Amino acid sequence: MIALLLRDLKLAVRAGGGFGLALAFFLIVVVLVPFAVGPNTSRLAPIAAGVLWIGALLACLLSLDRMLALDHEDGTLDLLATAPIPLEGVVLVKACAHWLTTGLPLTLVAAPLGVLLNLPQPGYGWLVLSLACGTPALSMIGAFGAALTVGLKRGGLLLSLLVLPLYVPTLIFGAEVARRGAEGLETQVPLLLSCAITLGVLAAMPFAAAAALRINLR
Amino acid sequence: MGSIWEYANPVKFSRTVSAVLPYVAAAALGCLAVGLVWGFFFTPDDYRQGATVKIIYLHVPAAMIAINAWLMMLAASLIWLIRRHHVSALAARAAAPVGLVMTLIALATGAIWGQPMWGTWWAWDPRLTSFLILTLFYLGYIALWEALEDPDTAADLTSVLCLVGSVFAILSRYAVNFWNQGLHQGASVMRVEAVTGADTEEKVSNVFFAPLMVCMAGFVFLFLALVLLRTRTEIHRRRLKAIEARERMA
Amino acid sequence: MMPELGKYAGTVLSAYAVSLALLVVLVLASIVAARRTARQLEDAEERRKHG
Repeated sequence: MIALLLRDLKLAVRAGGGFGLALAFFLIVVVLVPFAVGPNTSRLAPIAAGVLWIGALLACLLSLDRMLALDHEDGTLDLLATAPIPLEGVVLVKACAHWLTTGLPLTLVAAPLGVLLNLPQPGYGWLVLSLACGTPALSMIGAFGAALTVGLKRGGLLLSLLVLPLYVPTLIFGAEVARRGAEGLETQVPLLLSCAITLGVLAAMPFAAAAALRINLR
Repeated sequence: MGSIWEYANPVKFSRTVSAVLPYVAAAALGCLAVGLVWGFFFTPDDYRQGATVKIIYLHVPAAMIAINAWLMMLAASLIWLIRRHHVSALAARAAAPVGLVMTLIALATGAIWGQPMWGTWWAWDPRLTSFLILTLFYLGYIALWEALEDPDTAADLTSVLCLVGSVFAILSRYAVNFWNQGLHQGASVMRVEAVTGADTEEKVSNVFFAPLMVCMAGFVFLFLALVLLRTRTEIHRRRLKAIEARERMA
Repeated sequence: MMPELGKYAGTVLSAYAVSLALLVVLVLASIVAARRTARQLEDAEERRKHG
């Protein structure tokens, strides 16, 4: 499993692996927002936390279809399915690799990008914390969506349609933590709920994703 | 004799549908005609909401069907996954567009009703938001069915999606409740009295309640008729595909 | 015969119009699809028997 993780990480970081793409996308979204809503800092500040969350979520979505599709095309997935590790483990490792190459960098650059949007001072810590708690769920749910659409030629758009509604709870609680943090309010409840969603997803979703993958590999 | 699983046989199911469908359709048409005419022409205006209360006869039944259609799809998906009856999977597929149209009706009538009552077409109220999310789930489910070529793979994958989607729909419902409380309390006072089923029984007098029940029955029959018809269509389509595939092979 | 709808006439009537239109479209689409597949299936069964 660790070998698989390292292999996925290596493939992602290599040129054309899409490693920097999500970060660049995140940056562009954040840069575009002030153009759309105006440069007024008093208007940007209250929406900064939400915009950063949406940007991170969309950037995460962008790279989902490569998570399994590439391995499906060259037959790696069939080999993995017959490998001694269970398919649930494979999916979990894939999601983990996706998080390490997408969710984690997004979390780290969110704070500098917050400066661009005039995020209020107390919000930075909470923003990073909420993204760190929420993005693993995004990767894992995304792995399920990728498993559903892996056999399709043009699954990308369908993947977004399937995955976005599933992102609602994660987004609500995560963005709520960041927003409340930025406004200096109490954040414990949404933070705990966000962690609960992530843990629940990590526990249950590999089984659903592996089931979908098995159906597709039949 | 008498086991419900007999209807897992597509031929038997189709024959039964053909026998039953006219009666179900007639019941739907009858109940809807009686309920809507009764509600529209022969009920008084509400003292607070005026004539807009008449929208309840469409809004509430449509919303009820929209939710129950998903539950029916969930049950059908489970039956397909556990017992591998094709009719069950096809019934789930047949119900999805009906459920989608019902959510659209509920949202549209809700918006039209909300405009004069709360002064806005749309509010990010928990109930409305959950319904919007439900619409998205329907869209994704239908899109996945359409996208997949192989019928058995499609049935399997959509069933898995339906199960996972159900869990997330419930999660979203609670998440949305939480989120909205954080944003604005009190905005939903008007509508809770106006729309929720439980309050309809308590607050709205029998004048409105009886025709509403008839309309509910009408919508249930309509849903049943449409699902039966569409399931039979799906069965035919599947058989057609099988024959065409065999012709290509020959 | 038309009940007195007062100032909400437009609201109520548009709600009914939208809903009934959606229902009619749904029902007609279902019936048309049913007819078409039934006919196609019949043709196919004929071909199978005689072809």
